[in-house]
Amino acid sequence: MLHGLTFELAGGRIAGLIGPSGGGKTTLMRVIVGVQRGVSGEIRVLGEIAGAPSLRSRIGYGTQGQSAYEDLTVRENLEYFAAIVGAPAEQVAEVIEQVDLADAAGQLARSLSGGQRSRLSLAAVLLGRPELLVLDEPTIGLDPMLRERLWGIFRDLADGGTTLLVSSHVMEEAARCDDVLLVREGQVLAHGTPAELTSRTATSDLEQAFLRLVQEQQ
Amino acid sequence: MTSTFATALRVARQLRHDPRTIVLLLGVPALLMTILRFVYVHQHAAFERAGPALMVVFPLITMFLVSSVALLRERTTGTLERLMTTPLSRLALLGGYGLTFTMLAVLQAGLVTALSLGALGLSLAGSTALVVILAAAVALLGLGLGLLASAFARTEFQVVQFMPATILPQLLLCGLLVPRARMGAVLHAVSDVLPMSYAIDGVHHLISEPGVNGAALDDVGVVLAFALGAILLGALTLRRRTD
Repeated sequence: MLHGLTFELAGGRIAGLIGPSGGGKTTLMRVIVGVQRGVSGEIRVLGEIAGAPSLRSRIGYGTQGQSAYEDLTVRENLEYFAAIVGAPAEQVAEVIEQVDLADAAGQLARSLSGGQRSRLSLAAVLLGRPELLVLDEPTIGLDPMLRERLWGIFRDLADGGTTLLVSSHVMEEAARCDDVLLVREGQVLAHGTPAELTSRTATSDLEQAFLRLVQEQQ
Repeated sequence: MTSTFATALRVARQLRHDPRTIVLLLGVPALLMTILRFVYVHQHAAFERAGPALMVVFPLITMFLVSSVALLRERTTGTLERLMTTPLSRLALLGGYGLTFTMLAVLQAGLVTALSLGALGLSLAGSTALVVILAAAVALLGLGLGLLASAFARTEFQVVQFMPATILPQLLLCGLLVPRARMGAVLHAVSDVLPMSYAIDGVHHLISEPGVNGAALDDVGVVLAFALGAILLGALTLRRRTD
């Protein structure tokens, strides 16, 4: 599925994994967090081999499915995840505040709106304050206001020193990242800052740059 | 250890948000036992034999259903994948389920035993506590089998179909209908390797022999060994790395 990948992520920055659905973004993220089977070759994450047990408390992985226990409240979900990652109990209130879910803290996850769900997912990943956040399509299906809000949170986290790898199939989101990895059919087409990618392809926006790169490849 | 207790608490909280399931889990066995009492209204000796056996059949069925669906949900809703990227160990996860479900089984068995020995007039030569302990061991067996079933099912429809497939053969062969000694050689040999045979053997010891007896304790041990075997085998199906 994926082959010949070499790339590095810089600390304290937001890297965007951008490309069409089915292009291998989720697989690549699963390789990085160490849950993908059938990996050959070596991927080093935070100085260790991907999937090493010691990495499990240093990486936060937000799956695409926005996984939470439907029959628990927001707070109960977070209390559980806090306990298993060894985060102090008071961090639950902190992350609820951080993603602005205080009003819904007592609500069952199944009754949350789409936007609240994705914020619950994000809050769960923030517990334990991991150094690297790997977020699979965290803004999918959200309205522009919410997307703006989430990107604001991502930026705050990066400013605080956290490294983020965020996937999206929306080119417009690539522009919000510090570094962009354009992925298609299991290959990284290009890697650079948004400005580098547009100037290298002599285009005006990332959508054009992506199309140009696909043409060049063929 | 902390994560085991955290998981047990989480599973208990999930149940608490589902009071209907708790009422059914605790109420249905009591109701069935009452029905059985009146089915055998003119044959109290038959009730004395079938009643205690039913006490250890309930936890098998209910815990199989609860745990197979709960674990299938973990696998299909993405929560398991999420957990597998955290430091939580698979045994801590299963230990948490085991803890909460066993407590529920003890509550269920305690209620049914109290009702049977009290209002329904059942008498038991052996130790009442041992009946409850045997029921708890069977509940763990139900958890192990449910966990295994969840590995081979994709949907909740499929997983509940594993109940008749894995549990009914055991009930047919465990000595509930025909004493195992009177079965043909082949069926007897098969029943020897099925855990419920030992659960029912244990019940028969408790019906006829007074106090805490060694034979019944041995049967509890065998059921526990099968339960742990099923849980460990099931743990192998909870993979960190998947396709």
